[in-house]
Amino acid sequence: MNIITNPKKLRGIEGRIKVENVSRRSILKGLGIAGGLVLAAPVMSRQAFAAYQTGADKMPHGTVVDPRVFVAIASDGTVTIVAHRSEMGTGVRTSLPLIVAEEMEADWSRVKVAQAHGDEVKFGNQDTDGSRSTRHYLIPMREIGASARTMLEAAAAKRWGVPATEVKAVNHEVVHSATGRHLGFGELAADAAKESVPAVEGLKLKDPKDFRYLGKGQVSIVDLRDITVGTAHYGSDTRLPGMKYAVIARPPVTGGKLVSFDGTAAMKVSGVEKVMEVQGWPWPSKFQPLGGVAVIARNTGAAIKGRDALKIVWDDGANGKYESAAYRTELEAAARKPGLVVRKEGDVDAALKAADKVIVGEYYLPHLAHATMEPPVAVANVKDGKAEIWAPVQSPGGTREDVAKTLGIPEENVTVNVTLLGGGFGRKSKCDFALEAALLSKALGAPVKVQWTREDDVRHDFLHTVSAERIEAGLDKNGKVIAWRHRSVAPTIASTFAAGAAHAASFELGMGLVDMPFEIANIQCENPEAAAHTRIGWFRSVSNIPRAFAVQSMVGELAHATNRDQKDMLLELIGSPRIVKLDSVKDLWNYGEPYDSYPIDTARLRRVVEVVADKGGWGRTVPKGHGLGIAVHRSFVSYIATIVEVSVGDKGKLTVHQVDTAIDCGMFVNPERIQSQIEGAAIMGLSLAKYGEITFKDGKVQQGNFDDFAVVRIDEAPLVTNVHIVPADTDTPPSGAGEPGLPPFAPALANAIFAATGKRIRALPIGKQLET
Amino acid sequence: MIKMKINGQERSWDGDPDLPLLWFLRDEIGLTGTKFGCGQAFCGSCTVIVDKQAVRACITSVSDVVDREVTTIEGLHPTGDHAVQKAWREVNVPQCGYCQAGQIMQAAALLMENSKPTHDQIREAMSGNICRCGCYQRIENAVHLASTGV
Repeated sequence: MNIITNPKKLRGIEGRIKVENVSRRSILKGLGIAGGLVLAAPVMSRQAFAAYQTGADKMPHGTVVDPRVFVAIASDGTVTIVAHRSEMGTGVRTSLPLIVAEEMEADWSRVKVAQAHGDEVKFGNQDTDGSRSTRHYLIPMREIGASARTMLEAAAAKRWGVPATEVKAVNHEVVHSATGRHLGFGELAADAAKESVPAVEGLKLKDPKDFRYLGKGQVSIVDLRDITVGTAHYGSDTRLPGMKYAVIARPPVTGGKLVSFDGTAAMKVSGVEKVMEVQGWPWPSKFQPLGGVAVIARNTGAAIKGRDALKIVWDDGANGKYESAAYRTELEAAARKPGLVVRKEGDVDAALKAADKVIVGEYYLPHLAHATMEPPVAVANVKDGKAEIWAPVQSPGGTREDVAKTLGIPEENVTVNVTLLGGGFGRKSKCDFALEAALLSKALGAPVKVQWTREDDVRHDFLHTVSAERIEAGLDKNGKVIAWRHRSVAPTIASTFAAGAAHAASFELGMGLVDMPFEIANIQCENPEAAAHTRIGWFRSVSNIPRAFAVQSMVGELAHATNRDQKDMLLELIGSPRIVKLDSVKDLWNYGEPYDSYPIDTARLRRVVEVVADKGGWGRTVPKGHGLGIAVHRSFVSYIATIVEVSVGDKGKLTVHQVDTAIDCGMFVNPERIQSQIEGAAIMGLSLAKYGEITFKDGKVQQGNFDDFAVVRIDEAPLVTNVHIVPADTDTPPSGAGEPGLPPFAPALANAIFAATGKRIRALPIGKQLET
Repeated sequence: MIKMKINGQERSWDGDPDLPLLWFLRDEIGLTGTKFGCGQAFCGSCTVIVDKQAVRACITSVSDVVDREVTTIEGLHPTGDHAVQKAWREVNVPQCGYCQAGQIMQAAALLMENSKPTHDQIREAMSGNICRCGCYQRIENAVHLASTGV
């Protein structure tokens, strides 16, 4: 019996050491594949209220603004509001319905949230990725709420025979103040439903000064109680009568194939019922299953034990030689040679030649696994040409499409029920696990749950890319930076969609490379080729991780080289308050948003630096052996700056004493959830900085669980994390909060380590680098 | 036939005695509040309490709990209002929430053993439980709140 008296004993090897970004389908556009974009005509135009435009209507199926789709009022007054995005911890399942409730004057305590199934024609785009739910849906949700309110008010005015202008919805009822009459929403529900949906142009949105919920942070997530009592329903919690439990042995090398298997021993395991082949698709095939051998059992434990007893022969295929150390050398060599020019201002070659001093920084960042606490899992019931799926997916609509294609049945015969997600981080934008369940259920004629183990998750992930970043900065005699060349080389996510893709897609270039905001006369960004040898996918904040690390570490290097304060150096490089012009960048990708509404505004960038410096006590005296580091990065059209205080003790023991982060994400809905996202980003940032690394040998991932792919635990977490939300007025377009907290953390930490020790970290993870 | 008591109820199992308790709870008797995270006691998502001690259900066999008393998140408190559960809600600890049942069970076990842990003791005791969303600061504060009322 394994009684845990000292949990540390079970931690494994001691001392070892998006959401996503682009919609899984809008990537098709970036790759130049025709027909990828399907726009549903929105019920109403979006122009009426917003002082800004978003890219919402350019997403697959656009937006739907219709209170009849999103709001239902019962005669007892219960208001049900549909959440059509997936909840993976950001609080979106609360925030979006809260916007509707605010605008329709519903009392939140009488609101129920219903989770939409996957149906983008009905609900509009459902891809919960790219930190865009609030920024795309703030206005549509307000319009939906305002429509519902207007219909309730019209129904009440008719009942009383007074002009609609004399009545007003207030806190779950409509009142006629002249006569003191009032009717509850429940009493008006039936009549309101008969009212026509008002034209969006005539809607009146609430004055923000009357907001009761938006921007206040007083509302807890709707699933809070269920989570604390164990009744919250995740993907793995679905149970159907007659359901079988399956685990799958997948080809250990990407692109590998099953040659033969012997399931005799597996079948002898108590509880195992069947061993069978699962169809696989050749690599790359987007999100199609890898194939392999499935063990079907009466419970998951028996299935796992059965799988351990399988004897399988694989053909590893062309990626069987993938080896991380050699690949790193290849990437670094590529970064030292000219590559495809993706941004060019002035003449970098001449300026570097003329420079008084050239500082070169070479940075390396490895593959990362998502390691969501809930490994991929899905339940499918395929019967009579219809399929029903229960799964923790970030892409309910895409999952429905892919299940239909995989089974060869029409989309209307597929129902995708979206459970809570035990973490997402971009992994669950790829629905391969749901497709596996669908294939197995079809073959067995019974409901099936496919459970990935942690080892399956780590070894068969769509990994964060691996990259070499090389920056050359030329300084004049006065220490002013006059030249900046950044080469970024990494296998592209596009390689998961199209064989042979070797250059970054425009959405990857736009994440911290070509959008670099510094005011320097001569800038050149280059993207040499890199071949992929495994499945590459979106990981929370994506290419911003390596780019922010390189750029912001380089700022620290330049500060040191010119004997200046890091923050002063940073502000000098950002330069004057202005809108950055990127005319030389072809197909500039601005997180899918129109540049007019979401430009790179260096005044906002400067402001988060100044706010964090002020609130986080930049320049304070720290104890001997401690150091402060700072970094700033714009991503997902938000502006974020972080200060880290660190100390490095005996044997390189790293202690993070304090983290301060300032975020400007425009108008916000729930500051309390923004705070939690930023607190969490510090932990994830520290995890990837200290430990995060997936390596390959003979084409196989060498890690498998939290012993060799370690993440930060509570006893090494920052002692204090402070979040400073820069207030924005309601005219400032909302921007991302889920992902942008991550990129500045690691470079702020590296700059702090340098301040504390004089040791410059240029490759992640830190691992044992501080031990000597 | 293996017999045990789970959340006060007699349960029995006549299958593989080596079956991890986790899968017996989740798949055989439908107590899905206990979560699977790693299968090797690295993450603590599956923490349950056996006779007042925190146990990782993923590496505990059904035969290990013969005649023992197992408490899962569903049985921690009859109305879900254990001091730890209340503190978790007060502090708004969870993000995705998946690891939280294990965190809460570990914290409840800690408080049974040490009703007033220091911050260092909290961090020590909770260090076997991983939260990938990174709710640690709030976990620490919630355990402190549950033990002190402030």
